[in-house]
Formats: sequence, structure tokens, C-alpha cells
Amino acid sequence: MNLTLKVWRQKNNKTKGALVDYKLADISPDMSFLEMFDVLNEQLITKGEEPVVFDHDCREGICGMCSMYINGRPHGPKDLVTTCQLHMRSFKDGDTIVVEPWRAAAFPVVKDLTVDRSAFDRVIAAGGFISVNTGNAQDANNLPIPKMQADAAFEAAACIGCGACVATCKNASAMLFVSAKISQLALLPQGQPERYRRVQSMVAQMDAEGFGNCTNTGACEAECPKGISLENIARMNRDFASAKFISEETI
Amino acid sequence: MSGFGNALSSSIGRKYVMGITGIFLILFLIVHAGINSLIFLDDNGLKFNIGAHFMATNWIIRAGEYILFLGLLVHIYQAVNLTIQNRKARPEGYAVYNGSANSKWYSRSMGLLGTLLLIFLVIHLKDFWVVSRFTGIPTVDANGNEDLYAVMKEKFQDPVRVVAYVLLMISLCYHLLHGFASAFQTMGWNHSKYNGMIKRASVWYALIISIVFALMPIAVYTHLID
Amino acid sequence: MSDINSNIPEGELTSKWTKYKSSVPLVNPSNKRTIEVIIVGSGLAGASAAATLAEMGYKVKCFCFQDSPRRAHSIAAQGGINAAKNYQNDGDSVYRLFYDTIKGGDYRAREANVHRLAEVSANIIDQCVAQGVPLAREYGGLLDNRSFGGTQVQRTFYAAGQTGQQLLLGAYSALERQIGMGKVEMYTRHEMLEVVKIDGKARGIIARNLITGEIERHFGHAVVLGTGGYGNVFYLSTNAMGSNVTAAWKAHKQGAYFANPCYTQIHPTCIPVSGDHQSKLTLMSESLRNDGRIWVPKKKDDNRKASEIPEDERDYYLERRYPAFGNLVPRDVASRAAKERCDAGYGVGASKLAVYLDFKANTERYGKIEASKAGNHNPDKETCMRLGTEVIKAKYGNLFDMYAQITGENPYETPMRIYPAVHYTMGGLWVDYNLMTSVPGLYCTGEANFSDHGANRLGASALMQGLADGYFVLPYTIGAYLSKEISVKAISTDHPAFVEAEERAVGILNTLINIKGTKTVDHFHKRLGHIMWEKCGMARNEKGLNEAIQEIRALRHEFWSDVRVPGTADELNTELEKAGRVADFIELGELMCIDALNRNESCGGHFREEYQTEEGEALRDDENFAYVAAWEFKEGVNFELHKEELKFENIKVAQRSYK
Repeated sequence: MNLTLKVWRQKNNKTKGALVDYKLADISPDMSFLEMFDVLNEQLITKGEEPVVFDHDCREGICGMCSMYINGRPHGPKDLVTTCQLHMRSFKDGDTIVVEPWRAAAFPVVKDLTVDRSAFDRVIAAGGFISVNTGNAQDANNLPIPKMQADAAFEAAACIGCGACVATCKNASAMLFVSAKISQLALLPQGQPERYRRVQSMVAQMDAEGFGNCTNTGACEAECPKGISLENIARMNRDFASAKFISEETI
Repeated sequence: MSGFGNALSSSIGRKYVMGITGIFLILFLIVHAGINSLIFLDDNGLKFNIGAHFMATNWIIRAGEYILFLGLLVHIYQAVNLTIQNRKARPEGYAVYNGSANSKWYSRSMGLLGTLLLIFLVIHLKDFWVVSRFTGIPTVDANGNEDLYAVMKEKFQDPVRVVAYVLLMISLCYHLLHGFASAFQTMGWNHSKYNGMIKRASVWYALIISIVFALMPIAVYTHLID
Repeated sequence: MSDINSNIPEGELTSKWTKYKSSVPLVNPSNKRTIEVIIVGSGLAGASAAATLAEMGYKVKCFCFQDSPRRAHSIAAQGGINAAKNYQNDGDSVYRLFYDTIKGGDYRAREANVHRLAEVSANIIDQCVAQGVPLAREYGGLLDNRSFGGTQVQRTFYAAGQTGQQLLLGAYSALERQIGMGKVEMYTRHEMLEVVKIDGKARGIIARNLITGEIERHFGHAVVLGTGGYGNVFYLSTNAMGSNVTAAWKAHKQGAYFANPCYTQIHPTCIPVSGDHQSKLTLMSESLRNDGRIWVPKKKDDNRKASEIPEDERDYYLERRYPAFGNLVPRDVASRAAKERCDAGYGVGASKLAVYLDFKANTERYGKIEASKAGNHNPDKETCMRLGTEVIKAKYGNLFDMYAQITGENPYETPMRIYPAVHYTMGGLWVDYNLMTSVPGLYCTGEANFSDHGANRLGASALMQGLADGYFVLPYTIGAYLSKEISVKAISTDHPAFVEAEERAVGILNTLINIKGTKTVDHFHKRLGHIMWEKCGMARNEKGLNEAIQEIRALRHEFWSDVRVPGTADELNTELEKAGRVADFIELGELMCIDALNRNESCGGHFREEYQTEEGEALRDDENFAYVAAWEFKEGVNFELHKEELKFENIKVAQRSYK
């Protein structure tokens, strides 16, 4: 396959960036999208140019590190896959592919296609946990949990924190990510003691990070590589109202 | 800031405000469309004028009207506010953005649709509300009620106005199509057993309301009712 | 024969840990506040240790090279985590888990460590459930278990195919909680480049801020490495692209012994290499071998499609060689058998380096059962295949999808092609019972150490070890050391030892940048991987290993004179990061070959062709090799062997057979 790439190049967060054109020849359809970038980088280095910096690690779709915005969609044209699991057979010979970094005020560009997603960590640090110190746990089976509830919590917990939801949302909203963690813990009995505290502090942190608002377009759900459901956002909204208007807990 | 102020100025709080005012406006539209449908009785507007008279004189309705305007203003204010905030959340846009791959155009265009509706509202209020409340309706009908029906018949003789009304009812339809289900989602009224029902109700509601409204100028203009 | 002390407490095996815990010296709370601990790595072992130590009151600094601690490669573990809970009432016990692990490790692990691991295994499950980890449950609301290779009980807890992810996110959330409270300082996108030693003790690290390129000095009363395995020395492995040996190797060069580096686990069911562009290998769960039959054509270089090869021209070689266990032989046996067939010229696919994993027979069998359930006792073949496919889909749907995603083939119609791939490294930094390396104050946990899996790791035991070390072992054992350090005030990072360590690190970075050679880092990494895979992979022999050592030495010299690293050291420079890692992999590769050459026996993940039974099975030499080979680094990339004798007092050592 022969391809034309338009890749965002930006030296660091202080300089301006631009799309740069690259031509690639003899790309195998069996390559993954990132392996295609490996080929590009190998060529750039040999030519004495700087390689394109992009985030990636496990290359099996679970670490959530890869983050390319390909032809107007996060993780490219296929549903339910991350960039690393996207293969070149999803493209045609002669295609032009535009690759950009995630765009959001809360995800500043670090270099080229790499962005800073530490805002997600800070949201989790604000309350995305159950406060149980090591050694304090009772026997695991002392707490039966209905299978349906456990499965729903698992589905919410499948989030890999890649940020595709923020990238695709026209408002750069992080509500799918935040609600997935809130939901997971709200669905489990272990999460109840901190339920109303958690939703308040996590939402406050989310707002402080400068993410946009949810306008329920559903783009995040459609683009999420792990199929996290919009129902989580509804649950978060519900819990937030209960926390603010019904529960006596304040933060 | 107080607890509630704090809550309402948060991202979800603002959404709540949009949702609640939206639902309030949705309910208002049902009443509005219901009373307006009385013209289809084709009784020369007698029943319609009774309805209009009731709406104009009943003190509960009058009080409600203030709340309605307040709700509308808050809905608009909050929408503008959120739009500004959302723009700030992505200062640098994408070179290529393929929104249609993952969402409906009208769900991404609520601001545009809402702005069109606001323009419509100005015309519409000037056409009818200002006349009935302030400048006065010139004639009375056979029952002795102010003949708002006659005002309407006169206004809808203008083909430009009729076309404009119909087009704007299409934008209303899309605004409601997203807004109805969206309000439920925002309020967290969400349940796997009822989600399908809400989606369907959303479609039916948007279609019925906008078709009923759009039919009025058409019916008057084409003399289907007279 | 031992010349190193593993500090195993005296007494009965079953009470060693209990006694140790109640007699280990403690650090009082006010002293903990002034004691600083550095943790490198944020996977299961690192994150759990960082969270727990912070909960206990220590001042913790945690480092990871990824953009978030949640990305550590523990996240990719699929199968599950073992624990001796006996929830299934099938006779499981701490002793049985201990026994299975020692036996699975081919009698090359330390009894006391493994027993302790089995003892704390149950607490791990309790802790994770309390944290909100959504492990799989039955309809009664209680935890579900599945069975895994090498055991006769169901003791594996799981969360669909994402157990590692869920456990890591549990540890990550505990860590983030401490970060939020200001008790852990988290340094993401930081890479450790040196260990700082003062008066023989580990007192800090030199780290590079990967964004700015800035070199930072960090003091700690103790340093813990939870930096994972070194499978990427083979270039292609199931490890993440960033997984590396650098932290462990720098520690090794500062005096920490490296133990059993040659023990490498090769997983038999991975998606085969599709071309030179391949950057990593993807594992398919071992569970597929329950319903898939493995075969190759009987004819050499058979280029027909799988569907065109008639039944009597197929060689179901595992069923032929191991009639008792068939397709379910352990990982090492299945891997070697596949390699043997492909080397002999019977491989399939374009590369000829793959064998078929065929679900057709069992699909048809399931279909027949389904048809007869529905009352059709004489179904045609098509009906059977249709109904059977549904059953297979329900059992392995996600794996089949993943396969289709990567290969572009439909595994419901054509058999899967699989080939073994490097998966886990049992070797690592040598640690004593306290998880302390041979450098005082320097600890090592999880896959990065060598301690619990002997020569071969059983499935679902890696997660168990990582969390056991981090949650329940290290937080106690580190107290034994720190209780003697309470009078040590935080040492200024202007101390000459820090300056010198920083100079070492900066020197390497500058050298790499200034070589300005002609070949990329990946070029060298691929060549190293090729040597390692061919000569120190699934099967090794004396001649090949000697050649490999020479080749690697030559490669090392070529690397240091001809590598090209673009850019500068004071910016985000991924090539520079890779170059540093590959430099360390090259040295490690040599040590792995030396270790493999030294170990004149076959055991677990180490198969020497000279040492096999007549039937081609691994032949251990307990007389001469029942020891841990702990290598000490000597000036100029030389290594000196130290031996820790392994005593088996509670287990009868026996030969494994799967015929």
C-alpha cells in the first residue's frame, strides 16, 4: 500500500505545531497502525530527521496509552478498538490519513502526538477509590454481591483511561471517564460509605481541570474502545443530585 | 458560595438547570399545542378563543407565564454559558473532525437550533402574544371573547410567514428530538427497562408537537379550516 | 555450597512467616513520618507497595516511565489470580498451592518464600474485593473460580479476560488515594537511571524527567524496584513496548546479584509473527487449548489451505507424543513441540513458523450435543457446525474477535495459526527472604525479582506474587531494615555519591547522543532479539550459546560505535530512552547466555538439548544444579557466579511426566 500521512508535529508545549505531509510506500495491510508509524520513524531517523513522538505501550489494547486522532475519529475508523489494534487493512491504497493528537484544554500537547492526561489521575486521586487500608479487609465471600450488579460494575470498570471520550466529545467533556469510575464503585456495596462524598469530590476535580460539559451527543459511547455506556453518566448525574440536594454530606 | 449555589454552578448542576427548564418547556409546549389544536375543530375559532381567553385571564396561568419566561431565560442563559465554557475546553480544534461517525448532527447543533428558535420566538411573540396582552385584539367572536382566531387567520395569509413558521417548526422538531431524551439522561432518569420507551416517546413527542404547530399556518393558508 | 545468605527464618516451614511477622522490629509512627522510601515502578508490585507503605506512614516517592501509574504492564494479564481460599470445597489448602508452585517451578524455587506466598494469597483476594475490584461472581453473589494449568483444584479468581487490569486499577486507586492525601509523591514519565549508594547502602536514585530531559536526584532511606520482567531482551515478546530491564540492570551494576537470568517462559499460544514490521506479540489465553486441537500437515512444505488437507494427512503431534495429556500438556512442553515441528519443516502459513489450532472437531461435537438437546438426534454436518459455532462463540468469543482483528482471518472458518512467544521471565534480581537484594536497603519485588517461580511459573501466579510482595510482604520486611535507619537524617542530594551517580547517568546519555552512527536503535534491538531467540530461546545448546555470547559481544561493540540517536538529551526523546534500554538488554543478553551455558541441565523454562531423556523430555540434574545462580557484575561486563543452595525439606523432589 502507498499512503500519504498528514501528521501533527509540535516540538513542545511552548511552540506552535502544524500538519506535516509524509509519503509512505509498501505498507503491509497486516501491519498495525502503530507499526506503520514505526516504519515512518525508522525512515525519518535514517534520513536524519526527528521521529514522530507518540504514546504507546502494551500494543494489545488494554493499557490505554495510545491516543491518535485519525481522520477525524479517536483510534480511527473501527469501533471498539484502540489505535494499536487498528490494522492497515482498514485503509485503502492511496489513502490520505490525517493524524492529530487528542485536543482538549485539559490535555495539553506535550510533543507531536503525545498529550498530558494527568488530569485523569487527579480526578481519580480526588475520590476514585474505596478507603480501605491494606490488612483491613474481611473475608471476600462475607459480602455477596448480586451477579448482575457485579457484572455492571465490571463493565464500568473496563475503562482503560485512554481519553478517547474527551477527544471525540465536541465539548471535550470527561463525563464518560469520570462516571465510569463513580458508577463502578456506586454499584458495589463496598463503595456505599463514600458514595455521595466521592461523586461530589470527583466532579469538583473534573470541573477544576477544565473539561467541557456533557450535551448528551453520545459520541463518547460510540467511540469508546471498551464500550463504556452512557448509562454511567446518567447514574453519576443521579448520584450527584442525591449528594447535593438530599444527602447531608458536604465536601 | 452556598451549598446549592455551589451545586448549581458545577458542570452537572448546570446540566440540571438545562434539563429542568427543558422539561418545563416541554410540558408547556403540550399545553400550548393542545389549546392551539382547538382550531382544527373548525368552529370558526369559538372553542379556541375560549381557551385563549382562559389562558389570558386565569391568575394561575398568568403566574405560570412569569415562571415560563423565567425558565426560558434561564434555559437560554445557561445554554450560552455552557457553550462558552465548552468552547474554552477545546481552544485548538481538529483539522479533520468526523462527527457524523459517532453522533447525530442535531445533537451537536442544539445551540444553532436553539438560536433559530429564539429568532422564531421573537417573531411569534410579536405576532400574537404582544397583540393579545398589550396592543389589544380588535374584534370579538360570537361568544363575545376576544377573537385571537381572527388575528391568526390574518397573519397566516402571508406566504413568507407561513413558510418561515413551517421551516422553524422543523428546527423545533430536531431540537426536541434531542432535547427530550437528553433531559431524561441529564436528570439521571434512566433505567434499562424504560430507556427504549423514553427514546420512542422522544421521537413521537417531537414529531407530534412540531407537526401540530406546522399544520396550523398551513391549514389556515390553504383554507383547510375556515 | 551456598556462599550467600538468604536470611530465611529458623523453624517449621508453616510457622516461619507468622513468627517472623510477630518478631520483626517495628518503626514507631513518628519515625515513619521522617523515613523516605523510593519505589520505582507502579505495576501490581510497585503500586501496592507504595500505597501500603504510605498508609503505614512512610514518606513515599513513586516513579514510573508511563504517563500514568495505571498503564503498567500488569494491566495486560488476562487469565486470573490464584489464591488458596478453598471456596470450591475441592480440598485446596495453603500447602497444596505451595506444593503446586514448587513442582510447577520444576523444583528450582525457595521453599520458604513460596510457602509465604501461598499463605498470604487468600488475603490478596480479600483486600482486592474490599477495594471494589469486580471479580467474577456466581448467581448466589459469591466469587467464582476457574481452573488453570498445572493444578487439580479450582483456585483461580478472575474478572473476565481482564484480571490484571482490574487488580492493577485496584492498586492504582489505592495509590491515587495516597497521592491525593499528599502521602505519596508520584513522578510519572520519569525513568530511573542509577541507584545511589552511600557507605554500601542504597540511598537514592538518579531519574530522568522524560518530558524535559532534566536529570533529578532523589534521596530515600531505602529503594524498592518493582520494575517488571525483561522479556523484551528478545525484541518480540508479549511484554509492553516500554518494558525494560534498565532499573534492575543499573542496580545489578551497583552490586545487586542477578539470579537465574536464563529462566524464560515461552507461551505456546500466541498469534504468529506476520512480517519484519512486527513490533510485539499477542497472547491468546491458554484456555483455548481446551477445545482446540493442534496439528501440522504430515507432508513437508505443504502449501495447501488447511481446509484442503484431508484428515489422514494431518499430524496431531501433541496427541501423538503425549497421549495422556494431549493438547493440554504444560506450556513449556507444548512450546517446544511446536518449535520442533516447524524447525523440521512442517510449519504452516506464509512464514512457516506456525501450527494450526483447530476448533472444527469440537465445534462439530458441541453442535451434535446441542442438536440432540433440541431433539434432533441425526443432525447433518451443517447443522452441527452452525450450532457448535454458537457454543464456541459463547466460550471464546472475545478471543476469536481479537484474533480476527489482528490477523484479518475468520477463526470460525479457518483454523487459528499459533506459535510460541516469550511471555514471562522467572529470573531477576536476587533477593533474600526479606526481598532485599545483595545491596543493603535496595529491595526488589514482583516479576523483577527471581524469588517465587523457580524455573517455570504456573498460570495465574504472577498477579499473586506481585500483590503478595507489595501488599503483604515488603511492608513488613522493610521495617526490619528501616528500624535501624531511624537515626539517619535525610541525606542532601549534594552528597558526592549523588553527584557521581548523576555523572555516570549523564555520561551514558551524552555518549549515546554523540555516537551519531548509521543504524537505528531498533535495528540493534531486532538483531539482539534474533540472536536470543535462535540461540537462547526455547531450546539451547552449548555450541549455540557460545556463539551467541560472541555475537552479542560483537553487537555490543557495534552498538556503542554505530547507533544513531537523533535529537538531544534535554527534550522528550523516545529514541534516547530506547537506546539506553537496548544498551542494558545487550549486556543482559550476554549474561542470560552465560547462565544458560552454566546450567548443564534442563528444567522448566530452560531446555538444554544435551540434557533430555530419550523421549525428548527435560532432564534435571538435582545433584549438581539444585541451586540459584546469582551473578555478580564485574568491571567490563564480566560476571561472577554465586550459588544459593536450594533445600527441599518439605517436598519430595520428582521428575515431571505427561505421557
